[in-house]
Amino acid sequence: MSRESKARPTGKPKSKARAKPAGKPRSRRKPEAIREKEFAVKNAGAGRRGDDIRSDLFVSVTVKKSGGIDLQVDSKVGAFYGASIRETVGSVLSSFGIKHAAVEVEDKGGLPFVIAARVETALRRAGCTGSALPKRLFTPKTRSARDRLRRSRLYLPGNEPKFAVNAGIHHPDAVILDLEDSVHPDEKDSARLLVRNSLRCIDFLGAERMVRINQLPLAYEDLDEIVPESPDLILIPKVETAGQVREVDARIKKIQKARGIKDPVWLMPILESALGIENAFDIAAAADTVVALTIGLEDYTADLGVPRTKQGDETLYARLRLVNAARAAGLQAIDSVFGDVGDMDGLRAWATRSRALGFEGMGCIHPRQIRPIHEAYAPTPQEIEKALKIVAAFEEASAKGRSVVSLGSRMIDPPVVLRAQRVVATAKRVGLIPAGGGGEKAAGKTGGKKRE
Amino acid sequence: MSGKREFVKNKVGRRVPTIVNGKEQAPFQGAGAYRPRGVKHAPPIRSCRDYPPSGDKRVKDLKTALKKCGLRDGMVISNHHHFRNGDKVALMVLQAAAELGVKDLMWFPSASFPCQEPVIDLMDRGVVHHIEGSMNGPLGKYTSYGNMKGLGVLRSHGGRWQAIQDGDVHIDIAVIAAPTADPFGNADGSHGPSACGSLYFALADSMYADHVIVVTDNLVPFPCVPWHIQGNNVDYVVEIDSVGDPSKIVSGTTQITKSPDRLLISEYVARFMRDAEIMRDGFSFQAGAGGIALAFVEYLRNMMREAGVKARFVRGGSTQFLVDMLREGLTDYILDGQTFDLAGVQSMASDPRHVATSPFTSYNYHGKGNFASMVDAVILGATEVDVHFNANVVTHSDGLLLHGIGGWQNCLDSKCSILALPSFRDRIPVVVDEVTTVVGPGDLIDVVITERGISINPKRKDLLKAVKGSDLPIRPIEEIKDEVERLLGGAPEKPRLNKDKPVAVVKWVDGTIIDTVWEVEK
Repeated sequence: MSRESKARPTGKPKSKARAKPAGKPRSRRKPEAIREKEFAVKNAGAGRRGDDIRSDLFVSVTVKKSGGIDLQVDSKVGAFYGASIRETVGSVLSSFGIKHAAVEVEDKGGLPFVIAARVETALRRAGCTGSALPKRLFTPKTRSARDRLRRSRLYLPGNEPKFAVNAGIHHPDAVILDLEDSVHPDEKDSARLLVRNSLRCIDFLGAERMVRINQLPLAYEDLDEIVPESPDLILIPKVETAGQVREVDARIKKIQKARGIKDPVWLMPILESALGIENAFDIAAAADTVVALTIGLEDYTADLGVPRTKQGDETLYARLRLVNAARAAGLQAIDSVFGDVGDMDGLRAWATRSRALGFEGMGCIHPRQIRPIHEAYAPTPQEIEKALKIVAAFEEASAKGRSVVSLGSRMIDPPVVLRAQRVVATAKRVGLIPAGGGGEKAAGKTGGKKRE
Repeated sequence: MSGKREFVKNKVGRRVPTIVNGKEQAPFQGAGAYRPRGVKHAPPIRSCRDYPPSGDKRVKDLKTALKKCGLRDGMVISNHHHFRNGDKVALMVLQAAAELGVKDLMWFPSASFPCQEPVIDLMDRGVVHHIEGSMNGPLGKYTSYGNMKGLGVLRSHGGRWQAIQDGDVHIDIAVIAAPTADPFGNADGSHGPSACGSLYFALADSMYADHVIVVTDNLVPFPCVPWHIQGNNVDYVVEIDSVGDPSKIVSGTTQITKSPDRLLISEYVARFMRDAEIMRDGFSFQAGAGGIALAFVEYLRNMMREAGVKARFVRGGSTQFLVDMLREGLTDYILDGQTFDLAGVQSMASDPRHVATSPFTSYNYHGKGNFASMVDAVILGATEVDVHFNANVVTHSDGLLLHGIGGWQNCLDSKCSILALPSFRDRIPVVVDEVTTVVGPGDLIDVVITERGISINPKRKDLLKAVKGSDLPIRPIEEIKDEVERLLGGAPEKPRLNKDKPVAVVKWVDGTIIDTVWEVEK
């Protein structure tokens, strides 16, 4: 794959033994001392180490001119996967065409795609060019629809492998592999490769696969790596103008065109400043792939210079403005996150109010927030009951060729019917409209095991 | 070890020795198949005339007591594990024996803990020949690398009682550490500065050993009430400064897991019990003190409240969570084998509905029935479970012996035994094609609940039917195993074991050998 990054703005090699200037062809005959110096030309490390690290590893690579591959593996799971670890490391080295290197792996149970990402990062940091895509373990069965349910989106720090693997089992509507705020500026390169590999290897069990990229221009490097893996949706952070969205959209389409990828990558701009809110409608209408607008309240309140409260009065205007702009452009309006994982009542109150304002979902920073959010954004039983009656009355009236719909003694206006139809549709999507009687169960269904 | 060791294949297809530490053994023949005949083992006849009529059996120190018991080379010394990782007495006894110059003892604890690591030194010096009991942590590692002279024998809590009763193990001297005792030897676990709950893991020892010594740091005048251990079985009483470190005897607080994946497992367990209608008025269950089990109790409590359902009894290891259920009226009784936290200790000491049970009432194979089979559901962990539903709790997938059995095997007799565990840990698969060591036969394991789905043993058609139509993720166990292997990068390598050198055997609850633990090659 062609890479055009010359100066990596972040992600410098961490190793002190800095890489030598890129090796230009030199004269064949050299004094012994210089050959000795050349022996270790490029050195870098990647990954994490320490006692509290789990499901990750640290790799250090010294690329050499001779001597073959010297691979040292110290792994917590060496007894089970020692050979597999060596094979993974070896295959990344060979993808990069590296024949001589000293590699040290300090592994705390990293999965193969994590090992591959860390080795690739170390090699790139050492100045090597190339790419080593792990074997694809998973391809989503269906592409995400423009208007799919987006009640919950679970944030996953892009450089932390241990949370992503099981994220799908909690059944959020979406996962966000985050390359932006949860990733240290020095680790952007590392996170990008890990997220790319995660998209190839993790089954998120039907959750929409979102990636939050960095701001431009770092976003370009993210997109180059991520878009070929066809995420469902890209979140663009700190958007203030429609132009920013168009730039991202253009880059995505360019990458897709070059690779013959047809499925659209949806966009969800995040408005996080007063200016962004002012431009909300333009941003919403900036590209045909924009499907939703969302808001980042931490940055927004910082921009206003006010503290963020649990009631959210200080952001009410911005949120309402965003809902209106999104609806005007035919998009979903999606709320921010609720930051206190321990406060479930606060979360429920926030989400219930958020739905009442017109939002269709919000972010989650912990799996335990998913269910309360799904419950809060679902129509209430009373709403469903009423809506079903209205829809039934409407259908009855239509069948009889009447233009006036009435329920009991009351006349129902067309917008009320429309709203009721939407409630019923949502209730069906989230499985709240029962499909036939529940039935009573007999007590004591199980017998117990048979014994000798 | 003398003579050539013979091996036979048992009912679960495992190669097991026919002779262990010089004694002939029966291979596992299937759950419930083995029925030994004969008369139960008994201690020697004693006469009250040989004991002080004042009831004062105190001697000045432990060494004196041991000498009076006739301590000599090759004897079997037993201890209980009620003080868990805070225990001081077991080590004190073995070190006193070392100072008295004896060799080749067999140590027979009801469980061992990391605080007993110095026993390794005593084994190196020849004071202790081998251990029959659990081999936790460092002792397990020592055993796994082939350093112990004899073969380790792992038994369940019930199996330990069975072995004492059918004469498989004859205890020469039982040393019972007691939080409170009187000079007659009556001993109680629920009071005193080192209170630990009950003392019933030492009950069989007190009844069947040739000699019994009670050691306490809280001597009270006769009578010590209640008496978990009857002074009528006790030879000598020794007073010492401290029997254990109270902060390590009970954990103070036991923590619910914070891991979202494990919470999901706990919730699946509770929902399974509700949907299969195991949770109904008058039901019973047993759950341990692990993070998943504790969280399960919390989920179940809420479901019980919602459904207006009450349990007749719950089985401990008790914790704050079970005590809360008792106080709230969600259960009539706690039948408690051991107390895991201070709330459990205090409740047992003060609430008559919180009843201490012994391995005899709970688990013993030679009893005329036991409680385990009457429990509606039990929630257990494991280090590995395989596609045949066989499960392992003693070794890890690398072959190292690291845990004891506890009551785990005995609990499998419950009407529904549920293993609640993650399908993998980091990159260590838990659902595997074949467990390293079979500790529980698949015939008795009914449900495996992981974060990736619930597998019901195909033999339990009634359970499969009961949850039909529920929205629980019921899946074949092979499917979960395949998914885990795909994620982890294939099937794990098999551990490097020396299959010519057994280091320990795992007994089934009936005394037969269900599997062999082999030496791990370094």
